[in-house]
Amino acid sequence: MTPISFALAHSLPEVVLALGALLLLLLGVFRARDGRDWIISECAIAVLGLAFLLLFVGAGPKTVVFDGAFIDDAFGRYMKGLALIGSIVTLLLSLDYMRREKIDLFEFPVLVILATLGMLMLISAQSLISLYLGLELMSLALYVIAAFHRDNVRASEAGLKYFALGALSSGMLLYGASLLYGFAGTVSLDGIATAIQGKATIGVVFGLVFLLAGLSFKMSVVPFHMWTPDVYEGAPTPVTTFFASAAKMAAVAITVRVVMTAFPGVTDQWRQILVFVSILSMALGAFAAIGQSNIKRLMAYSSIGHMGFALVGLAAGTEQGVQGVLVYLSIYLAMTLGTFAAILSMRVGDVYVEKISDLAGLSRTNGPMALFLSAMMLSLAGIPPLAGFFAKWYVFNAAIQAHLYPLAVIGVLMSVVACFYYLRIVKVIYFDEPAPAFERASPAVTAVLVVASLLVVFFSFWPGPLDVAAAAAAKSLF
Amino acid sequence: MFGFGLLSGLIFLPLVGAAFILLQRGDDEAVRCNVRWAALITTLVTFVLSLWAWRQFDTSSAAFQLVEERSWIGAGLVYKLGVDGISMPFVLLTTFLMPFCIGASWVTIEHRIKEYMVAFLVLEALMIGVFCALDLVLFYVFFEGGLIPMFLIIGIWGGKRRIYASFKFFLYTLIGSLLMLLAIMAMYGVAGTTDITALLKTDFPVSMQKYLWLAFFASFAVKMPMWPVHTWLPDAHVEAPTAGSVILAGILLKMGGYGFIRFSLPMFPDASQYFAPLVWTLSVIAIVYTSLVALVQEDMKKLIAYSSVAHMGFVTMGLFSMNAQGVQGAVFQMVSHGFVSGALFLCVGVVYDRIHTRDIAAYGGLVQRMPLYALVFMVFTMANVGLPGTSGFVGEFLTLIGIFKTNAWVAFFATTGVILSAAYALYLYRRVIFGVLEKPALVGITDLDAREIALFAPLLLLTIYYGVHPGPILDACAASVDQLLKGVDAALAATKTAALALH
Repeated sequence: MTPISFALAHSLPEVVLALGALLLLLLGVFRARDGRDWIISECAIAVLGLAFLLLFVGAGPKTVVFDGAFIDDAFGRYMKGLALIGSIVTLLLSLDYMRREKIDLFEFPVLVILATLGMLMLISAQSLISLYLGLELMSLALYVIAAFHRDNVRASEAGLKYFALGALSSGMLLYGASLLYGFAGTVSLDGIATAIQGKATIGVVFGLVFLLAGLSFKMSVVPFHMWTPDVYEGAPTPVTTFFASAAKMAAVAITVRVVMTAFPGVTDQWRQILVFVSILSMALGAFAAIGQSNIKRLMAYSSIGHMGFALVGLAAGTEQGVQGVLVYLSIYLAMTLGTFAAILSMRVGDVYVEKISDLAGLSRTNGPMALFLSAMMLSLAGIPPLAGFFAKWYVFNAAIQAHLYPLAVIGVLMSVVACFYYLRIVKVIYFDEPAPAFERASPAVTAVLVVASLLVVFFSFWPGPLDVAAAAAAKSLF
Repeated sequence: MFGFGLLSGLIFLPLVGAAFILLQRGDDEAVRCNVRWAALITTLVTFVLSLWAWRQFDTSSAAFQLVEERSWIGAGLVYKLGVDGISMPFVLLTTFLMPFCIGASWVTIEHRIKEYMVAFLVLEALMIGVFCALDLVLFYVFFEGGLIPMFLIIGIWGGKRRIYASFKFFLYTLIGSLLMLLAIMAMYGVAGTTDITALLKTDFPVSMQKYLWLAFFASFAVKMPMWPVHTWLPDAHVEAPTAGSVILAGILLKMGGYGFIRFSLPMFPDASQYFAPLVWTLSVIAIVYTSLVALVQEDMKKLIAYSSVAHMGFVTMGLFSMNAQGVQGAVFQMVSHGFVSGALFLCVGVVYDRIHTRDIAAYGGLVQRMPLYALVFMVFTMANVGLPGTSGFVGEFLTLIGIFKTNAWVAFFATTGVILSAAYALYLYRRVIFGVLEKPALVGITDLDAREIALFAPLLLLTIYYGVHPGPILDACAASVDQLLKGVDAALAATKTAALALH
């Protein structure tokens, strides 16, 4: 039995977030007038930033605390870093938007912190129980903020849809977890690996399938993607940003951890599921996005496709593959945050617009933004020398080294199809006649767009650090 | 400089110019003038720098020279640049043609000139990178990166069907290249590195070579372009602005041929031999079929585009004859085609700028108003036909000798292409230049002005100079080609011995 101080020292970011959320909630209840935001968002950013900094404190070999429920390792810290970046940028992007849409209530930053806390717990989960707790803490907060614009029909619809389908997926996940417990006799991920000894009985396979189905829902991969376009479109844009960035990071992280820690000996069992899911996601992401006219909806399909690409790396089932997933997610995070910053800059008068045709001729009304957004689109399409190409290089390389040739070939063909609709946006921006110009975006939004673009454009000049960090993180799982 | 070598300088210099142009504010006449001059000076300085590199280059050695290397990504991927006798001529060709592109756009590009020049300078940097890269992934990054500026050039400053053409260009090329990317990954799996010098020494298993060869072929055949995947080229050429066509025909097409010499032949010798008949067949079809297609074109640019496909057919045929004449002839043909076709597109640009149509039927009798133009156009038409004394002859002749030594029938059919090329080129020349000047639009047409003469003079001199004295280009690549063919022969002999030992 380790002392509690030791356990807390290894979960400092989580502790900070939990305390921070409670304090800010109190502060909001007692000090904020009419329930308005006041400075809660700024404080929340500070709390999240502090948690981020604490990730760099006391990193050591992997340590399991809280009776085997919580693991502190390099992989977890890496993914927590990504999730926290997603949360911080979400709040930065929300400041101006929430005020203009008159939904700047203090609960929003608090809920974001709570959701982030859930994500961090999820990423560090080392048993099925803590996995479920983290997942639910994250999801409950997300259900609320999806419908945060409560007077808006589409936002309410988004929240309800997300909740109903999310509850169903939680049920599947729980069912899978209970089957696994029944057949392995333990809820610990390590314990399951030891118990099944590389031999998958039918019960374990069933449990695995249901568990992955539940997690697939959170990753929004086909065939559990139905909610994604509607929720992306309906939810307030900063919330969509949050779904597309931080929530995805946590969901993929725990999927990687589960299959690598609990099922290392039965790779073939989960690989076929992942290959299937990955191919379907890449295909749907590529084909369904072509007909979209709303850019948030398009990004929803794009994110489905990108999760499919990320899973290509995981399907390889090797250390190299995990490294690929980590690099892919990091670059995807920068691209997503940048793109949503650009979407949040699309404001004509007082109205936020989100049609692709609103971007027409942007190169002549706002040259820098046109350049940045086009860089994002081409990077999402995976065209070198932009960062998105290197992301694809890592995952497909892992797949090729694992001899998954058909998966890799289908993957690159789908990326050509997907390239078409990203190019279409570049075409609208550069080739079409100008639509009305956008208003000046807030400094925070502009800053996010500029930083993300610079990262994406100049990644190829200095890719070493990310490679090293991701390799170290991947190593800690094996 | 800063730990980087001359070749890095060549790549980054155009980017510096592009950054400078991007920083210019406003859109009045003074700014436009600055932008034009900045672009021209950048390309000229880059050209001078490449001449400096050429001076330091030792043509008697087959090794990679001016090599620089830095760590890049994790294990096995390096930032490595270097040139040998095969890539050096292409680097020079690139830097040489760029000032002409800027010059050709001097007055004709009126809107968004800043973005135009930036696109061209970025494209130049990427093209130089393609020919200098000594790491396969780095090569791929440059190779694919070039699609972005070209996509914008066709799409923004192109003709009526520019959007269709730009998408077709982009997606066609991309699909071929991505298959090559997978092959690169597979090669990385075998060799553990993507350093080209190391890969050249790696023996890939024969069965694997065939798949790798096909994947590389998918990319280079589209880029080249070979029949039947050439259909993007006429569209892209017709819609692109004049300078875009010059770059497309002059350099981008050469990347395919360069890829065959650099990768397919030396790295997959067994597969190259196995697939050589396929390449010959496609080349001969390209030569004969596209020449016939060129014969019936109504659009000047389209006609020249099809003739480019036919000429590239000679290149692929020469390369896969796998002997010294064929390969050197192919290199020569590519360089020569670089300035001949570039000049022909400039010729079309001259009359297009004046009466804004490329319809052959809209012209006739130009010789009466534009004698100088008629002369220039005639020299380049003859070079395109392959008349002895022009650079076009040397390449075609050498590739034909090369293939004749390997397979006389292929040579026989390919030679008919020479006759056909005379037919369509002279037919074009007659319809545009001779005849009665009766079209009202042509009555007031003016001859070449000083800027245009300055553009054509160097190209004209080089076409004739290399026609009577092809030595410099052939000598430059001789050592490297020799080494390449020795390596190929050794590999083929080894496979043969191994096969005999099994029996």
